[in-house]
Amino acid sequence: MLCDVCKTNQATVFLTQIVDGKMQKVNLCEACSKEKGVTDPLSFALVDLLPGLGAEAEVEKGEPVQHCPACGFTQADFKKTGRLGCPVCYDTFAEGLGGLLKAMHRRTIHTGKVPARLKRSIELGARRKQLQHDLDKAVAEENYENAAVLRDQLRELEHTT
Amino acid sequence: MKISSLFSSNSERARNDGPHHQIVVSSRVRLARNLSGHPFPGWAKKNDRLQILELIKPPVESLPEMEGAFSSYLQELSALEKQVLVERHLISREHAAKSAGSAVVVNKEQTLSIMINEEDHLRMQVLQPGLQLRNAFQALDKVDSALETKLDYAFHPQLGYLTACPTNVGTGMRASAMVHLPGLVLSEQINQVIQAINKIGLAVRGLYGEGTEAMGNLFQISNQITLGEPEEEIIAQLNKVIERIIENEENARQILVQKRPGTLLDNIGRGFGILSHAYAMSSKEALNLLSFLKLGVDLGFFPPEKQNDIDDLITVTQPAHLQSNASQQKLTPEERDTLRAQIIREKLKAFPIPNTSKVVIPRPPTEETHHE
Repeated sequence: MLCDVCKTNQATVFLTQIVDGKMQKVNLCEACSKEKGVTDPLSFALVDLLPGLGAEAEVEKGEPVQHCPACGFTQADFKKTGRLGCPVCYDTFAEGLGGLLKAMHRRTIHTGKVPARLKRSIELGARRKQLQHDLDKAVAEENYENAAVLRDQLRELEHTT
Repeated sequence: MKISSLFSSNSERARNDGPHHQIVVSSRVRLARNLSGHPFPGWAKKNDRLQILELIKPPVESLPEMEGAFSSYLQELSALEKQVLVERHLISREHAAKSAGSAVVVNKEQTLSIMINEEDHLRMQVLQPGLQLRNAFQALDKVDSALETKLDYAFHPQLGYLTACPTNVGTGMRASAMVHLPGLVLSEQINQVIQAINKIGLAVRGLYGEGTEAMGNLFQISNQITLGEPEEEIIAQLNKVIERIIENEENARQILVQKRPGTLLDNIGRGFGILSHAYAMSSKEALNLLSFLKLGVDLGFFPPEKQNDIDDLITVTQPAHLQSNASQQKLTPEERDTLRAQIIREKLKAFPIPNTSKVVIPRPPTEETHHE
């Protein structure tokens, strides 16, 4: 296989990147990869390049919101720095960030530690959602006996919070 | 604690007693955290940063782990002091560039360091000698849990801990081990190993992290992914990979001893010779040669107690350490190289020449061997 850049030397460095949900492959020879700064794995990691490559394209794409309402940060700022402005930016630019996060981390749902303070409210929130769902279902099925029980449970839950 | 006593005290991680310490120099885990309702440091105005700093610094200083700690605003530190902290891996190079609005708090043992307003509001790390990723994580997790009762962390139900850079979002955790791999370098297997590590989503970097060169056959291996895997799993996976690398390095060393003793002895012998007799020595050359002396100790060519001397030399010959120990005001690079060579020569005077009795020293073919 020949190098994609110089098309003369044998490719020895195979780079795979996921940009825009599509896999992109680049094959480089030793010399060209050195020139592009990708041979030295000590200073190079795919993720380091991502804010410079995939990030801009992702966030630019079809984002209706131009400014973060909390901090005034813009997509152009992200393009420049590869960093976000404030925690709210994650919601402001959620649509564009989704693909970027997937490319970086492969997954997009946090499964690790949760602050103890939020653990309870997150659990309660999930429980409330479930009860509401069951209640709606019971009402739809005209199972009023069950619905009354669920309604009481939901009320109790709301009281405790 | 004053910075002078911090610098003069030997840090706990400088003691080489951690598990697998011959190959794993140190283990580090860091967590990135931010306060909700505040812009990240890079986007915050100076006043915001000062306000955030005063919110974070008191609870950090009052942690039980931080009793008798060294705590300083960045603007109070000289460029040299910052550089010494970088060389000790207590602050990042990025943090060293900060001034008013940022701070650093380091515990007495120099195993726990918390940077305030680096790239994130909080960057905390635990550094321990040898392979102790799990211990390091548990120690840091405890600190984090204590701080979360006092600070309102920015946390997203789906995305986890929110960080300035999307590469850290989720756990905000980067775990890494610094490994010494002269065997894999000498046997030219290192590139294969690095490629394999990269393939499974781990990063390999040089001595001072991102974008730094590998010197002295030292490599930093760390996780890249921070979203979608629990902390314990990330640590367990990294640990498994490091254990495999240790095996590979040990095998490479054994094969060198048995099959290529000439190459091995030549590198160790040259390292010893040059270090013992040079009158000018750059930090890079010193580190590269000291790496082979370290290997020499590991393989029994030097007495085991010499390891401490070598590790000391590796620390004190770094540019900022050298300057801070010098009596003279400001050394030129040439003067530093002269001083470095002198310190090394002094230390190596007490070294015996390499004991080669355990290996078969290759000899040039003679008539006798031809007849055999």
